[in-house]
Amino acid sequence: MTSILQVKNVNKSFGGLKALNNVELSVEQGTVHAIIGPNGAGKSTLLNCFVGRLTPDTGTVDFDGTSLLGKQPHEINQVGVSRVFQTPEIFGDLSLVENVMIPTLARRDGAFKLNPWQRVDSIAEVREKAEHLLADVDLQDKKDMIANSLSRGDKRRLELAMCLVQDPKLLLLDEPTAGMSRADTNKTIDLLKRIGERGITKIVIEHDMHVVFSLANKISVMAQGTVIAEGKPEQIKGDPRVQEAYLGGAHL
Amino acid sequence: MIAPTARNDLILIGAFAAAVLTAPLWLAPIGAGYPDLLQKFAIYGLFAIGFNILFGFTGYLSFGHAAFLGVGSYAAVWSFKLLTMNVLPAVFFAVLVSGLFALAIGFISLRRTGIYFSILTLAFAQMSYNLAYSVLTPITNGETGLQLTTSDPRILDKMAGIDYGAALPTTDLFGTEMTGYPGFYFCAVLMIIGFVIAVRIARSPFGTMLRAIKSNQNRLNYTGINTRPYALAAFVISGMYAGLAGALLACTDPLAGAERMQWTASGEVVLMTILGGAGTLLGPVFGAGVIKYFENIFSAFNHDILMSIFDFLPGWLQGIVVTVSGLFVGEGWHLTLGALFMIIVIFLPGGLMEGVGRIAKLFRKDGGAANSSVSTAPGE
Ligand SMILES: Nc1ncnc2c1ncn2[C@@H]1O[C@H](COP(=O)(O)OP(=O)(O)OP(=O)(O)O)[C@@H](O)[C@H]1O
Ligand SMILES: [Mg+2]
Repeated sequence: MTSILQVKNVNKSFGGLKALNNVELSVEQGTVHAIIGPNGAGKSTLLNCFVGRLTPDTGTVDFDGTSLLGKQPHEINQVGVSRVFQTPEIFGDLSLVENVMIPTLARRDGAFKLNPWQRVDSIAEVREKAEHLLADVDLQDKKDMIANSLSRGDKRRLELAMCLVQDPKLLLLDEPTAGMSRADTNKTIDLLKRIGERGITKIVIEHDMHVVFSLANKISVMAQGTVIAEGKPEQIKGDPRVQEAYLGGAHL
Repeated sequence: MIAPTARNDLILIGAFAAAVLTAPLWLAPIGAGYPDLLQKFAIYGLFAIGFNILFGFTGYLSFGHAAFLGVGSYAAVWSFKLLTMNVLPAVFFAVLVSGLFALAIGFISLRRTGIYFSILTLAFAQMSYNLAYSVLTPITNGETGLQLTTSDPRILDKMAGIDYGAALPTTDLFGTEMTGYPGFYFCAVLMIIGFVIAVRIARSPFGTMLRAIKSNQNRLNYTGINTRPYALAAFVISGMYAGLAGALLACTDPLAGAERMQWTASGEVVLMTILGGAGTLLGPVFGAGVIKYFENIFSAFNHDILMSIFDFLPGWLQGIVVTVSGLFVGEGWHLTLGALFMIIVIFLPGGLMEGVGRIAKLFRKDGGAANSSVSTAPGE
């Protein structure tokens, strides 16, 4: 198995707080790698170091053979890394179709293209692709609605569609089912399984163990900025260190 | 909201062009059907259409766009002095020079967003204004303003054998003098072209990216878009519109002064755009028209006119009413503008276009549920 993402010795401090402490992570091509851990463990901070929102104080982050450090967020996206954020980041006052057409255009035309004369609604392939993805996440009926009017769970699925339409090599999901009903969570699990068949590598941060154990091939457990355990789901389930990190292990 | 299809856009453009070209007829009953004022509507409409591409579409509030208006005027007057009294080269150079100027200022100002961006643009405009009065006097002719003289070289005119004799020359378009109605129609046609370009931009992938910047620049970055050049392109385009408007001011009255660059002029286009409806296509034109119309009416009032209006009142009351209302007219017309602006922003945050949308909805009850957010729609 080849690893698509290699994280070595990453440290990040905010003032006196050591948010990441010598983090090591290796994500294998085509797998679903879950990161779990209590609130404030540093999971989102780690993802921020992958997408150019934060620069680690030390360490390396290599994706597909090249370093991601020092790259701008849009450059990282263009090499094939898309992210769903913990709080949905969508184009709130645009329609759902537009929300999905924008990432489609970004993939088709690159980081910058000056085409002020073409009509965007005349680019059939882009619109069709966007509508197709909206259908995948069951939002096709709402495609002309303004994104801000969606429920929290729907916003997450919209954001997921915005990432999936880009056919990323690596998809980062920060709590993709938070705020969803059980039924919607199950639908999202099915969707993520289906796209798993396309060979997209995924890193999933989740508190919902049902989601984690349904999807993950491998799990890393973080606490206080470090990876304290790593292994297959079965191994993690019984690990006493993990139980302890979750204080009583109510989730497990 | 009317769906922004290609067909509807054609109707919109057609209706807009027809309304502008027939403006002398339908604006006559409210006393605005004469060329000087109509010309102002067209010029400031153009200024606001361009400003809206930056502010309304992209969400970057510039407080310094008058600088480009001024640069456009200077460039146009220099074209009149050095080349020819024909307005086409003047317009061309004004757009070119203001575009380059906007490229430089935009490049620096767009390193910041939000209020810091606004302050940077304001600072640059005030710098330009002060420079025009001081070290740039050889180009701007300082306080006197840049004017035509009979001794100007006007190379192209000389080569064409046009001699203006001892009189100061007037601007023209291949022989047609740019005063009165021809002057208005020249500005009107350019405004229609400017409007068509704005509509095309709004509907294009480029325009979609601009609206995405306004909506969530962060998300756009993480979506693989380099937002800086998009914002810079919007800045330069709106700067070129401003330069064009400045050139047209010089075409109707061939002199350019630094006061055109002052922050009050920058603020005025912000008011026009917000008053009409930022982000809508027609709003800025409405806003510009309304402000210029009221400016024209209210600033013309003076003490004597007020006295005769309130003649029917008993003497003591007439005095009080005239004194109070006198604050709002003439020089004090900005007080009226301020009040008007506050009323609109409080009751119609989406500007006049929101008002139009609400009225349209009353008449079209069945469409009521379709969409209530006129202010967020790019079109209408
Ligand atoms: N930009 C920042 N500036 C200062 N402190 C930060 C910043 N980002 C995160 N932190 C801190 O770093 C620690 C790790 O935060 P992080 O968001 O990565 O946790 P998390 O594992 O994602 O938690 P959760 O499950 O609640 O999302 C927290 O204590 C947080 O307050
Ligand atoms: Mg988090």
